[in-house]
Amino acid sequence: MQRRTLLATASAMMMALAAPVLAQDEPLKVGFIYVGPVGDGGWTYQHDQGRLAIEAEFGDRVETTFIESVPEGADAERALTQLALAGNKLIFATSFGFMDPVINVAQRFPDVKFEHATGYKTAENVATYDARFYEGRAVIGTIAGHMTQSNKIGYIGSFPIPEVIQGINSSFIHARKVNPDVEMRIVWVYSWFDPAKEAEAANALLAEGVDVIMQHTDSTAPLAQAQAAGAIGFGQASDMAAFAPTPRVSSIIDDWSPYYIKRVQAMLDGTWESGSSWAGIGDGEVVIGEISDAVPENVKAEALALRDAIAAGEYHPFTGPLNKADGTVWLAEGETASDADLQSMNFYVEGITAQIPQ
Amino acid sequence: MIQLVPRQNASNLWQIATPLLAVLATMIAGGLLFATMGHNPVAAIRTIFWDPLFGMASGYSRPQLLVKAAPLILIASGLAIGFRAGIWNIGAEGQYIMGAITGAAVALALYPLEAWWLFPAMVAAGLAGGWAWGMIPALLRNWFGASEILVSLMLVYVAQRIAAWMAFGPMRNPQGMGFPGSRNLQQYPSASNPELIAGTGAHWGVVAAAFAVLATWFLMSRHIRGFHIRAAGTAPRAARFAGVRPAVLVAFCLGLSGALAGAAGLFEVAGPAGQITDRIGVGYGFTAIIVAFLGRLHPVGILLAGLLLALTYIGGELAQLTMGLPAASVQVFQGMLLFFLLGFDLLTRYQIRRRITA
Repeated sequence: MQRRTLLATASAMMMALAAPVLAQDEPLKVGFIYVGPVGDGGWTYQHDQGRLAIEAEFGDRVETTFIESVPEGADAERALTQLALAGNKLIFATSFGFMDPVINVAQRFPDVKFEHATGYKTAENVATYDARFYEGRAVIGTIAGHMTQSNKIGYIGSFPIPEVIQGINSSFIHARKVNPDVEMRIVWVYSWFDPAKEAEAANALLAEGVDVIMQHTDSTAPLAQAQAAGAIGFGQASDMAAFAPTPRVSSIIDDWSPYYIKRVQAMLDGTWESGSSWAGIGDGEVVIGEISDAVPENVKAEALALRDAIAAGEYHPFTGPLNKADGTVWLAEGETASDADLQSMNFYVEGITAQIPQ
Repeated sequence: MIQLVPRQNASNLWQIATPLLAVLATMIAGGLLFATMGHNPVAAIRTIFWDPLFGMASGYSRPQLLVKAAPLILIASGLAIGFRAGIWNIGAEGQYIMGAITGAAVALALYPLEAWWLFPAMVAAGLAGGWAWGMIPALLRNWFGASEILVSLMLVYVAQRIAAWMAFGPMRNPQGMGFPGSRNLQQYPSASNPELIAGTGAHWGVVAAAFAVLATWFLMSRHIRGFHIRAAGTAPRAARFAGVRPAVLVAFCLGLSGALAGAAGLFEVAGPAGQITDRIGVGYGFTAIIVAFLGRLHPVGILLAGLLLALTYIGGELAQLTMGLPAASVQVFQGMLLFFLLGFDLLTRYQIRRRITA
């Protein structure tokens, strides 16, 4: 009994200690948990660039820390709690699998604000944010459609979740728009980052006669395989400029800095509010990397024009008429997809013959 | 010249001294590693080994030690019995995953039924799932002489695939907006495995781990089966004369270690982890092998070793948080521990003598 009370008191004291009133001149503490190592060169690396951008922008007014390679599930809940106990007032959780742990921890620390990437659960002190990667996919899909000689485009998918399926559909729609003979081959590797599996998937695609590879996985392995086979590909998450001008002819870059800076500013101003942010090319969160000289001038110009039209809000990559793969009508002439539709997308558009694994 | 001379009997002194020596050597070598990375080695070692127990936030991290150690101890207790008999189950990770899936399946199939017997039924299903997965290598060894080391290890990858299939297919949360992952069992009262006493971290898995330590101690030191296991491990031929049937022993050891790993998986998925995802296996099954050897395959040793490993995990996170140590350096640190342990293990079976050469 005594020991029990002791522990209970100790944890109660901790909670009290962890929530001191923030003095005006104390720096705002901002914490991050990452699912991978900061040196992965892709997803986590780009989030850490966002963290560094916060430091560069706000200097002494903020103090940032991070915990990397946190497994999703129980470990994430502990890591989040440790960040909150260490006095972080704004915590970014940068992987989908951190969703339930974020909600749990947020309930216990009502005065700490949480930002969860790519999830769908919000609370008074939990906001979500994501990027419209499919906008970038439309641009590189256009390039892919022009560049393929064999009319076969390969796509390395990570997991069959809405975000990835949006990307496949967007790429395919825009490749076929410029080249009606395009077919798409899709291989799933069930990982966001696994160079060996990604290389295997790339080889399987190349063996089927694919000469343009797109990827929704974060390693450079597919580009290395494409290079050996004389095919082309695109940088993913980060620029992967080391493979330019070929095989990397362009890239789709995640840039979280604008959002991170905006949210930290809101904390400093005391105007932070929960919400769901889904920004794209127009807000600078999705960036098209330099299009290399391997791409003909007219194709480059067309891709850039598409990018600018999307950025300006003049064009939506999912504009009807569009049918689903089973032949049923999805969007009528001129109709654009709603965000709710996109966020639960679990079908291919007409023309893709593969099946989504269930 | 230095010469190694085998001992007649394993040294009792060194049995106990080598783990302590290995921990000490790890601290020194780890300290050197941290120093070369430009961190204060004393502070780093203190952050990892001292702060989680007695530091600022120890009111939170002490209970978390139990949460982290319980599955390790539960799995290692089962593994150690097989290891003593020379039966090498390397696939506890797979049995852990299968136990989590079969246990959660019971709850998900009966959702939203509330009944007192639901959780016990889940535990039984978890035990059965792990047991069945462990029996595959056992039967293949008994019938065809297949190596249980390879078969059990390979089945880990099969189990991971089944977990991914479950998370994306049959067990996907119907209210999850198309995202992968099952319902969260933490929000299903009859199926959840919560803290039994608030603030202690102790859930049913912790109770089961304590029970496993006692039961395996009794089995190995008081029961005839324990005698058979020890005999089979040290003198297989003699054991046959003592009436040990190797096939029965193989089935018993792999079945038991599988069942305990399965139970660990169930307690985790119903408690701290909450849901079936494609990444429910976070490596407990592999780390438990280190725990079993670090604990000298003895129940009490395993108890201490499990707590020590849990300490390095939680301390490692603190070190990332407060000192900016990279996660990889903490993994190197755990690797060192096993390396030094196996190195010093030589001393229990061999004596070092100096040979005078002419």
